[in-house]
Amino acid sequence: MYDIKSIYEAKSVDDAIKALSGDPKAVVICGGSDVLIKIREGKLSGASLVSINGLEELKGVSLDEDGTIVILPATTFSKVTGSKIIEKYIPALGFAADQAGGPQLRHVGTIGGNVCNGVTSADTASTLLTLNAELEITGPNGKRSVKLEDFYEGPGKVKLSHGELLTAIKIKKPDYEGFDGCYIKYAMRNAMDIATLGCAVHVKFDGSKTKIDELRLAFGVAAPTPIRCYKAEAVLKGRTVSEALGEIGSLALLEVNPRTSWRASKEFREQLVRELSGRALKEAAAKAGGVSS
Amino acid sequence: MGIGVSMKRVDAYEKVTGRAKYTDDLAPKDALVAVVVRSTIANGLIKSFDMSEAEKVPGVVKIFTCFDVPQIKFPTPGHPWSTDISHQDVSDRMLLNRRVRIYGDDIAAVVAQDRIAADKAARLVKVEYEEYPVYTRMEDSMADGAVLNFEEYKENILKKTCFKNEGASFDDAAKEDGIVVVEGLYDTQTVQHCHIEPPVSFAYMANGKIVVVSSTQIPHIVRRVCGQALGIPWGKVRVIKPYIGGGFGNKQEVLYEPLNAWLTSQLGGRAVKLELTREETFAFTRVRHAMQISLKTAVRKDGQLVARKCTLYSNQGGYASHGHAIVMNATSIQRMLYHDEKAIEQEACTVFTNISTGGAMRGYGIPQGIFALESHMDDVALKIGMDPIEFRKKNHMQNGFKDPGTGIPCHSIGLAECIEKGKKYIKWDEKRKAYANRTGDIRYGVGMAIFCYKSCVAPIALETASCRIVLNQDGSVQVQMGATEIGQGIDTAYTQMAAETLGISADNVYVISTQDTDVTPFDPAAYASRQAYISGTALKQTAEIFVEKVLAFASKMLDKPCDTLLIKNNSIVDKNSGDILLSMENLAMEAFYSLTDSVHITAESTYHSTDNTYSFGACFVEIEIDIPVGKIKVLDIINVHDSGVLINPALAEAQVHGGMSMSLGFGLSEQLLFDGKARPLNNNLLDYKLPTSVDTPELAVDFVETVDPTGPYGNKALGETPALPSAPAIRNALLYATGVAVNSLPMNPQKLVEHFKAAGIICKDGGK
Repeated sequence: MYDIKSIYEAKSVDDAIKALSGDPKAVVICGGSDVLIKIREGKLSGASLVSINGLEELKGVSLDEDGTIVILPATTFSKVTGSKIIEKYIPALGFAADQAGGPQLRHVGTIGGNVCNGVTSADTASTLLTLNAELEITGPNGKRSVKLEDFYEGPGKVKLSHGELLTAIKIKKPDYEGFDGCYIKYAMRNAMDIATLGCAVHVKFDGSKTKIDELRLAFGVAAPTPIRCYKAEAVLKGRTVSEALGEIGSLALLEVNPRTSWRASKEFREQLVRELSGRALKEAAAKAGGVSS
Repeated sequence: MGIGVSMKRVDAYEKVTGRAKYTDDLAPKDALVAVVVRSTIANGLIKSFDMSEAEKVPGVVKIFTCFDVPQIKFPTPGHPWSTDISHQDVSDRMLLNRRVRIYGDDIAAVVAQDRIAADKAARLVKVEYEEYPVYTRMEDSMADGAVLNFEEYKENILKKTCFKNEGASFDDAAKEDGIVVVEGLYDTQTVQHCHIEPPVSFAYMANGKIVVVSSTQIPHIVRRVCGQALGIPWGKVRVIKPYIGGGFGNKQEVLYEPLNAWLTSQLGGRAVKLELTREETFAFTRVRHAMQISLKTAVRKDGQLVARKCTLYSNQGGYASHGHAIVMNATSIQRMLYHDEKAIEQEACTVFTNISTGGAMRGYGIPQGIFALESHMDDVALKIGMDPIEFRKKNHMQNGFKDPGTGIPCHSIGLAECIEKGKKYIKWDEKRKAYANRTGDIRYGVGMAIFCYKSCVAPIALETASCRIVLNQDGSVQVQMGATEIGQGIDTAYTQMAAETLGISADNVYVISTQDTDVTPFDPAAYASRQAYISGTALKQTAEIFVEKVLAFASKMLDKPCDTLLIKNNSIVDKNSGDILLSMENLAMEAFYSLTDSVHITAESTYHSTDNTYSFGACFVEIEIDIPVGKIKVLDIINVHDSGVLINPALAEAQVHGGMSMSLGFGLSEQLLFDGKARPLNNNLLDYKLPTSVDTPELAVDFVETVDPTGPYGNKALGETPALPSAPAIRNALLYATGVAVNSLPMNPQKLVEHFKAAGIICKDGGK
């Protein structure tokens, strides 16, 4: 039994926005894998819910004419992983989505919820950052667009006003074409766990496959929000894989800011940043056919 | 289908089809719901409550507080009662407590129409406290001036005991020329049972009694404690135990049944259900005691143990529960498993703090004791440059041993054969050679540990068990045991035992799974790995009486002497010729409906024992360690057990699998954490790292079947032993792989990385 005051099942995105605007305390629910837990814990007990769970217009993955991959937010983790488009163009994201929780969670939890929940440990977040994902936000006054990394405000906080909904996640062709990626979820268990550290890499090589043309490195749980390591990326541009492997760990450490909690110490997370950035690069480079001298 | 056959579980069909009824399935639909209001401080006194907001919540029936309950203190552990006051358990709790000793202590109870209303009201209860300092560490709670949990226990020490052999002291023995002294300090952590079904009960009144239906391992003890806690005659309480979803010792404790029994008595006998959440179960029931164990060993260079000194401190948490018995077990194992030529000196101490209360958990102190002991034995072997197996073989228990502390004798031992089997399976010599002195990020190791374990609680405490067998008209029988099925498969084992001794086929034996204290014969029930060994003997003894009665009746019917007859395959047969003379069905029909001699053939008896015997075994493990990220991967693991004769080999293997999984979690990942205010930090299954199926390696199991002369069918303990040796075996494999001794549990990645940095395998700055 859950302490829910009311639930309104929205008939469309516009209807959902209207319902939210009409009730300043209403909470959006989609898959429910975060909201129901908060209700059970008492943090959201007695909540009024607006459900977007049934909205087909928010589900699915498609490819625009210009090659932009559009992931609709109510797509479950398992549908993201199972999407032919994701599998063909950005398999690292499909793999990352497949690391969340267990099978039951992945059949109800959605990628939009993973993003809007705003937690630093979100399994898809660091990979989406390395793909320069852009978010389409729809509100009472129409649509706006925001880069994912600008969307994060602080731990568990995103720039989404009451009455606004995330309505699409977009990845442009130049952000995935020619890239290969890797996500390493480091957790205490092999399933049913949250990341102690998440590390995502996407890499593209020059024509000779010897030098890094572009590298993107992002982390979850290495800072209050998921973060990109732009400085390390800039330094490593033009390096060979073996050169980059020697440097990436210490470069990444200059940009991360993990904290000590009872879950793990700052020092331990730093050790993971150092070690996993190299491992992720190595695996991504191997997929990209990068020649390691 | 008798002894030694892997027959299908008798409850398999019920359980896999979902037809088996558990406590919550049986609760009346209109039962009221009770929720416990918990203190938000860990040490202090309730000054007052403000219920004004809570009482307004629609659906709330009544709120009871610590000021309303009977002011009677009662004990909670599932021990057989002692009529000798000096051996009785500590009575330290009331139904609800004004003096708070743990975070989340039971201070009030809300009864409402449903869970939502009860939860809401519980959150709105306002409490004014007098707060005392909070202690999570034993050294702090024992310090001068620390606030006492109980005035009668000075320095917050529940009990301190010493054991010493006659003759030489450790210090004298250690003076010997050329002797090597090795010291080690070993720490184990707080863990929890994580049974699937949470503690749940419902209580109502009927026919002048309070009836409590509960998910418990110990229905007869629950009856006694409810009687004690409410201050009513024990016969006024009736406890029913249906199928239960695991207990592992946590339900060898009387947790909330007395409160629930009292609540219904205050509400006109209406049914009240009280079910804990997972979060409550983790922190507010019982946990495995964290222990600090220091061991000091004097050994000759040829591997002969000469003298040892052991000091054990056990963190009891807020209340006494099973108390000192558990650290005593961790202590006695040190001197049972290995013999010292000259001296053994031991000190054991149980200390109150304000963390979750320690209680019974599978292994009852031995997982902690064995982790320390078997880690230490590898440290000693390493120090004198001896192979750990050869070193153990030279010193471990031998047949005929009798423990000087408890008097428990060794009647049968297959330990050496267990070690040989495990050694061969893991390819010990080959792999120790291959993995020696490796370098690099990924390294490998093999390690091992051994153990012994008692088969019941005698002669330290009472061992008694009762059984009743009654005949049906078709020649089948009901077997009624006070011993309980808690998922381990004991009903199936009893079916096989009954079939074996009665000569009636297993499909004609109906073991009654539900215990009802109004009709079920007395047995303290499921704990101490005792039920196949002790209650099994009660069953065998009762079956023999039953057979005698059947044969006496057959003798009259057939006009043949009793001693020429026996029961075989559901028939009375001639002992010598094997000829079938009479079916059990025909005999039963005559017995029930004879116009001259009608009798309902039944048998009932109690078995009382003061004897005991040891089970043994060994674990061998091969690991891979990823040094830079501190991760251990178990590549191969085997437990080899000597539990005497196996009643049901398939069930025995399943029992071992479960125990190995428990020891792997204990060794590698599980720990219940508290902050400085003794608030639990990770009392949920996300943050408490119980291994999942994908974290669990293939588990190999083998057995050495000795025939124990004291077991009813040559069998000995197997319930708890599987959970003992994996953690130290992994620790020893890690020691071999890296040269790093990790002496505290769990061996989780952060701890390993810290150790590797300290040892210089990972450079301080993280580089290699």
